[in-house]
Amino acid sequence: MKLGIVSTTALIAAISATSVSAETLRLLTWGGYAPDDVIAMFEEETGHTVEVTTSNNEEMIAKLRATNGGGFDLAQPSQDRITSAQEEFGIYKPIDMDRVEAAQFIPSMLDATASNTTFDGEVFGLPHVWGTSGLVVNTAEAGDVVDYTDLCSDAYAGKVSYRLKRPTLIGFGFAMGLDPFAAYGDEAAYQDILAQVEETLTACKANVKTYWDGGDEIQNLLRSGEVVASMAWDTGGWQLNADNADITFVAPASGALGWIDTFVLPARGRADDAAYDWINFVMRPDVAAMITNTAGNFTASVGGDEGVDANLKARYQASFDQAAIDNIKWYPPVPAGLEMLEGATLDRINAAN
Amino acid sequence: MTATPDLECKDLTKNFKDFKAVDQVSFDVPQGSFFSILGPSGCGKTTLLRMIAGFQFPTSGDLLIKGKSMIGVGPNKRPVSMVFQHLALFPMMNIGENIGFGLRQRGVNKSEITTRVKRVLERVGLPGIEGRRVDQLSGGQKQRVAIARCMVLEPDVLLLDEPLGALDLKLREHMKIELKSLQAEFNTTFVYITHDQSEALVMSDNIAVMNKGRFDQIGTAKDLYFEPANAFVAGFVGDANRFEGKVTSVDGEIVAIVTDGGVALHGRATQQRPEVGGQAQIYVRPEAIQLSLTKPDATGGRNASERTVDSVLFNGANSLAILRDATSGETMNVALPQTGAFLGLNKSDTVYAQWDPAQARCFPAGE
Amino acid sequence: MRNGTPPKPVVFRRVNSMVSDKSKLGFYLLLSPLILWLVTLIILPHIGLFAVSMSEKVGVREYETGFGNYAVFFNEPLYWRTFARTAFMSILTTALTLVLGFPIAYYIAKLTRGRTKTTLFLMCLIPFWVSELVRTYGWMILLRETGVLSNFLLYIGAIDSPIEFLYNDAAILVGLVYTSILFMIVPLVTTLDSLDDSLIEAGYDLGGTGTSILREIVIPHAMPGIVSGCIVVFMLSLGNYLTPILLGGKDSLWFTGLIYTQFITRFNWELGSAFGFLLLGLSSAVVFIGLKLSRQSLSNTMGR
Repeated sequence: MKLGIVSTTALIAAISATSVSAETLRLLTWGGYAPDDVIAMFEEETGHTVEVTTSNNEEMIAKLRATNGGGFDLAQPSQDRITSAQEEFGIYKPIDMDRVEAAQFIPSMLDATASNTTFDGEVFGLPHVWGTSGLVVNTAEAGDVVDYTDLCSDAYAGKVSYRLKRPTLIGFGFAMGLDPFAAYGDEAAYQDILAQVEETLTACKANVKTYWDGGDEIQNLLRSGEVVASMAWDTGGWQLNADNADITFVAPASGALGWIDTFVLPARGRADDAAYDWINFVMRPDVAAMITNTAGNFTASVGGDEGVDANLKARYQASFDQAAIDNIKWYPPVPAGLEMLEGATLDRINAAN
Repeated sequence: MTATPDLECKDLTKNFKDFKAVDQVSFDVPQGSFFSILGPSGCGKTTLLRMIAGFQFPTSGDLLIKGKSMIGVGPNKRPVSMVFQHLALFPMMNIGENIGFGLRQRGVNKSEITTRVKRVLERVGLPGIEGRRVDQLSGGQKQRVAIARCMVLEPDVLLLDEPLGALDLKLREHMKIELKSLQAEFNTTFVYITHDQSEALVMSDNIAVMNKGRFDQIGTAKDLYFEPANAFVAGFVGDANRFEGKVTSVDGEIVAIVTDGGVALHGRATQQRPEVGGQAQIYVRPEAIQLSLTKPDATGGRNASERTVDSVLFNGANSLAILRDATSGETMNVALPQTGAFLGLNKSDTVYAQWDPAQARCFPAGE
Repeated sequence: MRNGTPPKPVVFRRVNSMVSDKSKLGFYLLLSPLILWLVTLIILPHIGLFAVSMSEKVGVREYETGFGNYAVFFNEPLYWRTFARTAFMSILTTALTLVLGFPIAYYIAKLTRGRTKTTLFLMCLIPFWVSELVRTYGWMILLRETGVLSNFLLYIGAIDSPIEFLYNDAAILVGLVYTSILFMIVPLVTTLDSLDDSLIEAGYDLGGTGTSILREIVIPHAMPGIVSGCIVVFMLSLGNYLTPILLGGKDSLWFTGLIYTQFITRFNWELGSAFGFLLLGLSSAVVFIGLKLSRQSLSNTMGR
């Protein structure tokens, strides 16, 4: 009898606890970062509901800018795009580290992200998924493409592709022996680098079949053999590798460009509890492995790589030896206004004949 | 020298998928005459007209205009013009451009077009309206413009496809007379199709009555009215009371029948003689029936009967009385004489009706 | 009493005014959704857009009012060249769509009846049951180097090595014409349907040839449909984003692409807004000129 009363009370308490804290989490993220099975598990465990909107870096910022940081409770832009957006538009709110289970994060990544996303003394980002962009090469046809500048080789005229976006400018800068990241703080030096890259890319224009725009597009081009080498994301290369062993991701000699997608809280998010619950939930090693298996990229979760599909691991290891990992060029935070310079350069490349 | 007829059709036939729209029609239309084709809708008259215009080609037979065969000649190459049912004036052009259209197609030079358009508009009585838009004209004016648009090309034959159908009654009456005088003015052959017998009767020199793809009779208005060739013509041209019954005797041309209601009637069979015992129809025009308020002599003749007035339809000169036979319940329409003798006639009054059997037409029934 | 105003007319007037007040209220109630729609969805955003386009960025969170963004447009050849190119290509698309759509519309409106007509009309509609993205991907499958057309030509021996039909201006034109032809055919079929057959017959009867009838009767009659179809197709092409991006090549820039870039990847809403306004001005100007040239009024073409 007594036991019955106690358990009933506990049940009521449990129900009321969940009903009080149950929220709707509006998540603005990348495709693959919130798989259905993960969402189902999360909803079951916490009682929250999750609404996912998939997007990309630029659109995330544009969406949050349009609403002054409203409409979403958790977003996942790359770490280098946080401070400038915060400075210009004030669309995020700081992370309360007390509510994060910091032990679940790989310490070096947590620290690096924290320092890269610090603005006015406050931390705005936590690391989640990381990956690189480099070269995806059909090794049977273009085995000697080892760096970005090799895409401009006459041997592959009309059979290469890249995006006309800022990572291309930076990647070519490194491949040309320059260091764009070091020049981030010095507008004149950066402009000088951009001018050299512009010259190269303008000359290279004739070589390019088309500037690709979406991940599907470049995968199709590579799969059909119309393009034999391209600047692209690592996961795309590994996905193609599963179908065609000749095609794979190659870390460029000058270093792959490393990005880390983060968790940030939009300034006017309403469901912070659910957001922190989600962060702590998806950083659990088992959940992190599920996300890696769908997204194709590894996470900043301690032990998160253990449950990952063996094939994916093998492909990752084939693309990255230790030297290549050490050589990854991690994007530092982009100073506000740098996009303007890059935009003008891209426009000129676009306009050149 | 016998003149070649403007239009000549020889055994003209048009078959559609499973029926004959026009079945072995032959006729010719002499120069300068007004020829009407009269028939109910669906009789094939439109198909016939469209074959003459060139929009449809005959399945067999020949069609000659001024002696030249038109088989295989397109509508834009034929010396005929057509006034369409809804006139088909071009709303995107003004009146002058409408009338000048055909001349432009012929490559006539501009100043020549201007003078000819001006002249034809004067002839149809609408001088100086070249600059107006089509929708600024009245119904009658449009009619005349449509005719002018054809006449400016000086066609050998002008075809008219029920052009008065869309007009109101008053205007229609007026246009009948006007069309006739325009035809006289231009002295062009008109071929006119209509389902309205009064249009055909008033205007035409010759009328063909068309039924089920065939010409039942070709003749003048009088011929058709007074000497119909068959039951269809008798019923279709003008008004007529129709009685059907069994033939009891045939005496020369005079046929006696007894209707289903038991009334004995007499009529004259000029074409086919019905046989005794067979079914026959008798047609009597309302104006051929004489009325009297007093009982005529017992010897007054055949077709006399006592009738009850069912209703009086007053319509001025065309007033009618509907009379009912007391025993059989059959009704007939009788024209009220203009004398005014029967103005006081009321419903349920008793009158006596009779007609001369020679003025009634009898045809064998069941065709 | 003799001096007083007769009471009856007063009562009458009151009743009258009450009735008209009521009907006025009904009128405004009926009108309000339209006004609300116009104001909130069209006028306000454009005012906002204009305001943004007038602010020049001078530093972080610092803006000045001025025409600087418009100056940028005129000083950067890439921008105004793309602008002119987009306008020219859209006009070309419109012309091509008209030339292709007119015979189809004429066939549907004048040479078919009943079921066949409905079927043909539906066949024109079928591509629009899938999204524009899928339609464009369809063209990519057809036109790409390893695509259906290239392989077919290889197979029949017309060419020796695969040809890339994609990533050029012709591919954009094909895609745009395909995407917008329905919007040309529908108004054309409607106006051609309303052309009385007897007008065409009268044309032949009066000695006209196919060409002269087309020129003097059919086209003048179809003019409102032609103009309204052209306006819609022009607007659709000018404002299209996906087709030029996916089918176009390295130099095939489209002005909407520039606007997207300014808004989304460059975070430069100010310039993007200025571009948006310039595009609005361009489309209005071209439609205005088109109406003037064809001597049609907007109400005559769009209000049918």
